[in-house]
Amino acid sequence: MRLEALGFREVYDYAAGKVDWAAMALPVEGKAAERRRAGDVARKGVPTCRLDEAVGDVRSRVEAAGWNLCMVTDDSGVVLGRLRQRVLNGNPDDIVEQVMEEGPTTTRPSTELDYIIPRIQKRKVGTIVVTKLNGQLVGILYRSDGEREMADSGGNS
Amino acid sequence: MVTQIHRDEVRKMADHGAQIVEVLPEAEYEDEHLPGAINLPLKKLNAETAAILDRERPVVVYCNDGL
Repeated sequence: MRLEALGFREVYDYAAGKVDWAAMALPVEGKAAERRRAGDVARKGVPTCRLDEAVGDVRSRVEAAGWNLCMVTDDSGVVLGRLRQRVLNGNPDDIVEQVMEEGPTTTRPSTELDYIIPRIQKRKVGTIVVTKLNGQLVGILYRSDGEREMADSGGNS
Repeated sequence: MVTQIHRDEVRKMADHGAQIVEVLPEAEYEDEHLPGAINLPLKKLNAETAAILDRERPVVVYCNDGL
């Protein structure tokens, strides 16, 4: 490290760098801070449940919260799976772990809308799960929300 | 030997007065950098440019992702 050679005694290396920083939804400065990202637009407050819950109990909670899906998380908020409406409307005695969709596709909060929205348009999906680098849930990015944001900013999100 | 640190340590050290230095080129720094970071591009790093840093305070350097 050149700084040590120049006489600096305490030099540390944040090797994971700013990619790691931004992927944890930590604040940044500079021109990029003005661009809209998945974490800015994702809907927060997504209902969550645990692996061992009964679907019927989860459904009541999801409906009360005004959502039509639920994310399955562990005690740290790390995403394990997803319950879509079809499953939520199924057998109320089913256990979440047995019927959940495992490992849903995710994106990081730092992903720019200009990048992610065309990709989910191409895949014809309506939502994508937004998680931090360590897998913790941030929210759900709706394609329609992202498209609206991009249109409002003239395509320069 | 330079010590590698995790983001949580970066935050703590920044709160305690460490100098955060991005060693990427100026354009990349201007696009995005950690809060309060100083830009000292590696290619321009020498005794003269490093003079803006305080030798008595810890320095944390970073680039994109270490690759």
